[in-house]
Amino acid sequence: MSDQEKVDKTRRNLVVATSVVGGAATVGVALPFAASMLPSEKAKAAGAPVEVDLTRIAAGELAVIEWRGKPVWVIHRTKEMLESLKAATPRLVDPESKSSKQPDYAKNDVRSENPEWMVMEGVCTHLGCSPQLRPAEAKAEMGADWVGGFYCPCHGSKFDLAGRVFRGAPAPTNLVVPPYTLSETKLVIGADKEKKGA
Amino acid sequence: MGTMVSRLWGWIDARMPTLAEQFKIHASEYYAPKNFNFWYFFGSLALLVLGIQIVSGIFLTMNYKPDAALAFGSVEYIMRDVAGGWIIRYIHSTGASAFFVVVYLHMFRGLMYGSHKRPRELVWIFGVLIYLTLMGEAFFGYLLPWGQMSYWGAQVIVNLFGTVPLIGPDLALWIRGDYVVGDATLNRFFALHVIAFPLVLLGLVVAHLLALHDVGSNNPDGVEIKKVKDANGRPLDGIPFHPYYTVKDLMGAVVFLAIFCFVLFFVPEVGGYFLEYNNFIPADSLKTPPHIAPVWYFTPYYSILRAVPPLFDSQFPGVLAMGIAVMILFFLPWLDRSPVKSIRYRGPLFKAPLAIFIVVFFVLGYLGTEPTTVWGQFHDPLNILDTKDVATWVARLCALLYFLFFFLMPWYTGRDKTLPVPERVTS
Repeated sequence: MSDQEKVDKTRRNLVVATSVVGGAATVGVALPFAASMLPSEKAKAAGAPVEVDLTRIAAGELAVIEWRGKPVWVIHRTKEMLESLKAATPRLVDPESKSSKQPDYAKNDVRSENPEWMVMEGVCTHLGCSPQLRPAEAKAEMGADWVGGFYCPCHGSKFDLAGRVFRGAPAPTNLVVPPYTLSETKLVIGADKEKKGA
Repeated sequence: MGTMVSRLWGWIDARMPTLAEQFKIHASEYYAPKNFNFWYFFGSLALLVLGIQIVSGIFLTMNYKPDAALAFGSVEYIMRDVAGGWIIRYIHSTGASAFFVVVYLHMFRGLMYGSHKRPRELVWIFGVLIYLTLMGEAFFGYLLPWGQMSYWGAQVIVNLFGTVPLIGPDLALWIRGDYVVGDATLNRFFALHVIAFPLVLLGLVVAHLLALHDVGSNNPDGVEIKKVKDANGRPLDGIPFHPYYTVKDLMGAVVFLAIFCFVLFFVPEVGGYFLEYNNFIPADSLKTPPHIAPVWYFTPYYSILRAVPPLFDSQFPGVLAMGIAVMILFFLPWLDRSPVKSIRYRGPLFKAPLAIFIVVFFVLGYLGTEPTTVWGQFHDPLNILDTKDVATWVARLCALLYFLFFFLMPWYTGRDKTLPVPERVTS
């Protein structure tokens, strides 16, 4: 440019203005394409609450319920199972659930509104695999100090029967407890008592 | 008749850069060093596999259904009911692994003979971009059969993006198009796998070759053949790519295809390494298979991901480590400070780290295919940094060595005792 005598400023400004407008138009056109990849209205509508009949889950049993395409575990915890939570406490990352996601009524020692009924998302907080139940009897596989809980097959994270993560696992936080409403015989996953629903 | 053809040829010739001209530039008058050895087969083989994948892929799409309810069944339909379907599908699945085999060998060749060094930095960078695109292509393709491994593999990889601070969860949602991996995810992965990424791949291959043919090929001696030319301006140590190397590469292709066909006909699953057993079970969003692992070509990086413990309540550090492990390849031309290119004239300070790197890469690759408990646990008192698994500790050590190979490269290549490089290529 140095050997050029003078720059036609009007033309240069027009080139800049055209480029800016063209760039803005490109971004504008890109937006609907990017937006088309977000969840559709149909996908958003599929997140309705799910009802579970509790009379069908015997003491000590685990039921897997599908909610928003994710597995939600409902565990009918026995006295021994609740005892195991205390035994697990010293080896947990966050026994008081300070940094994990759960409704306020599940932010306690047993991570549930009613200690007998544990409700949580069966989705590992590491990278989203679904952990598997390993009862206290699985000591041969899980080590002599195993008190019962869940084991993630993908990267080896371990959780107790309240979904609290054991130290030494890649999962950073406890399993998520979804909002739910509990009555004598019925559980509604995805809807809080106070709020109208998700 | 003869004149008609030559007149038509002349007519076309006057209106576009003709094929004959391009053939001269890129083949019959492209002078390649005369001392290419075994390691120089893998570039042309990668091109061959690309062709195989495109052709077999086109025929697969004719019967495949990108729909979560139909995908698994349509693959089984291809395998059982479509005439020749099984062989087309096995060609494509074997081709995917073969692609990574030849690309890894091709990259190793570059590393060994200094093909990444000046003036071929851009050739190398395009190559790494091809490798990254190929990883994406393989990942998208692996979801399509909609088996258990497809599903949970995609779940894990998409969630890797979910760990990015601040934007992570929204980013993962945008990639999936749903709250879980589902029909929307399958549909878009199909689009990306069959059109978007192949187009990018083809463009990058063209750029890779154009850049290569502009600077000229490196060789096992790391000597620039363009420095010594005859009276006609042709490199004395160069021979025309065609017919010399087309014939040599044809021979390589024959051997390669023989091995390819052996896998295809006798061991298409290669003991669960090319096609994992769990992928013969339809995807189930409620049940993760007892042991999941990516396909072998991703396992070295997967091992690094798994080896890094969570820090500050987040698994992002592991994801970051895995990302850096791949991205560091871009910087190789500037990390390598050695005055010589080829391993033939380098000293122990390069050879030893390279040997360690190869071992580490294989160990990480192997561990990535196995559960972390594969080598048992340390005894109770040894619970260092919260894990007792021997394999996790070996993976951590190997991940550290992997990074040291690159991070210390400017230091050890700068201090290496090199041999004098000859003017001309040897033998």
